[in-house]
Amino acid sequence: MADHGETPSQTAGPYFSMRLGSEGQNIVAAPGVPGERIRIEGTVIDGDGNHVEDALLEIWQANAGGRYRHPDDIRDEIALDEGFTGFGRAETEFASGEYWFETIKPGPVPDAEGEFQAPHISLVVQARGMLNPVFTRIYFSDEDEANAQDQVLGRVPRGRRHTLIADPAAESDDPKVYRFDVRFQGDDETVFLDF
Amino acid sequence: MTEPIVTHYGPKAYDDHPPFKYPDYKSTVKRSPEKDMVHIVQTLSETSGPGPAWAEVSEEDADLTTNAGTGGEAIGERIIVTGRVLDENGEPLPGTLLEIWQANACGRYSHWRETEFPAPMDPNFLGVGQCITDAEGVYRFTTIKPGPYPWGNHPNAWRPAHIHFSLMGPSWGSRLITQLYFQGDPLLPLDPIYNAVPAHSRERLIAAYDHDVTIENWALGWRWDIVLRGSAATPFEEDH
Ligand SMILES: [Fe+3]
Repeated sequence: MADHGETPSQTAGPYFSMRLGSEGQNIVAAPGVPGERIRIEGTVIDGDGNHVEDALLEIWQANAGGRYRHPDDIRDEIALDEGFTGFGRAETEFASGEYWFETIKPGPVPDAEGEFQAPHISLVVQARGMLNPVFTRIYFSDEDEANAQDQVLGRVPRGRRHTLIADPAAESDDPKVYRFDVRFQGDDETVFLDF
Repeated sequence: MTEPIVTHYGPKAYDDHPPFKYPDYKSTVKRSPEKDMVHIVQTLSETSGPGPAWAEVSEEDADLTTNAGTGGEAIGERIIVTGRVLDENGEPLPGTLLEIWQANACGRYSHWRETEFPAPMDPNFLGVGQCITDAEGVYRFTTIKPGPYPWGNHPNAWRPAHIHFSLMGPSWGSRLITQLYFQGDPLLPLDPIYNAVPAHSRERLIAAYDHDVTIENWALGWRWDIVLRGSAATPFEEDH
């Protein structure tokens, strides 16, 4: 077999927003897309507890029926929703390190054993000062029962699971607002996934 | 019920990539994870991804010398940058979205945070482009050769000329952001971002001058192939 090693990763640097800026890409579901409308917001925080002013966050998710818009998801019995790709992109605010997405809560998708996973959104974070991407998942604290069965959460040490679970902000309804901070280091370092 | 196809990807080649923490590149020190990553079994959430469905580009997006919308042309050494996007099995990856951003010929970015370096702006150069690979995995940009620029990492620090590349491949796990460098650049041995990459895979980031790509009386040609994570040739054992 010919040698085709992976091209190494490099940092996105401070200027990625020239090309990868959000420009509305953080609104993942336009009005009218089926599903419970949610907003996810949070802060990206470095090892000194300072906000990260130039992080790129990308999310990937299934639609409300639990189907991914991808050629490998051949479950035609679940409809794809017009205007919903499941992909979103946001950059943190320079002044605050805050990001947000508006989307719909994803439906259940199958796990490796043919059971269903708890609703989750895949998240990848890159930034100046990061030579590689970090992958994680956003789960929802109001899905206790499904979360308890979830194979991925099951692999995460109990004391760290909370870093993957978004909490609803008080007094939010439509859209329901969830908070999900990303911490690169420290006691509450976000769990990053290897797959 | 129909079952989705779950393509299995081999383990990520972490040894081919830079470490998360590389103190010579100072900003990595507080932005690198320190706890162990948690290994998970791949599911459709990891093996699907936005690449195939998401991309929408026009032909003009691939020519950075004219895409500023001013009617004028960018100043600098006009170049063609082309190559193939492949997976680790050598299979071409059609339909891959490439997004690029770069400094102008003088080493200056058209970005609001660029305030320190007193080099001229070029009103006819935005420094951003995008294209999608064709059926053979081929991409092609026309641009100008970016200049080196100073940065604050250490005294008298200069980045080698480079173009930032973002790739949206077939799966979530194949997401890649990287940088293209130019063969023979004297700043390469001095650059901590480039040298963070292990010696055996560093040269994969270097575009080669290719006279067959060069267009007579028009532009110099550079060739650079990009390899993304591929599916495992044989299903590998998952620890349960
Ligand atoms: Fe740069």
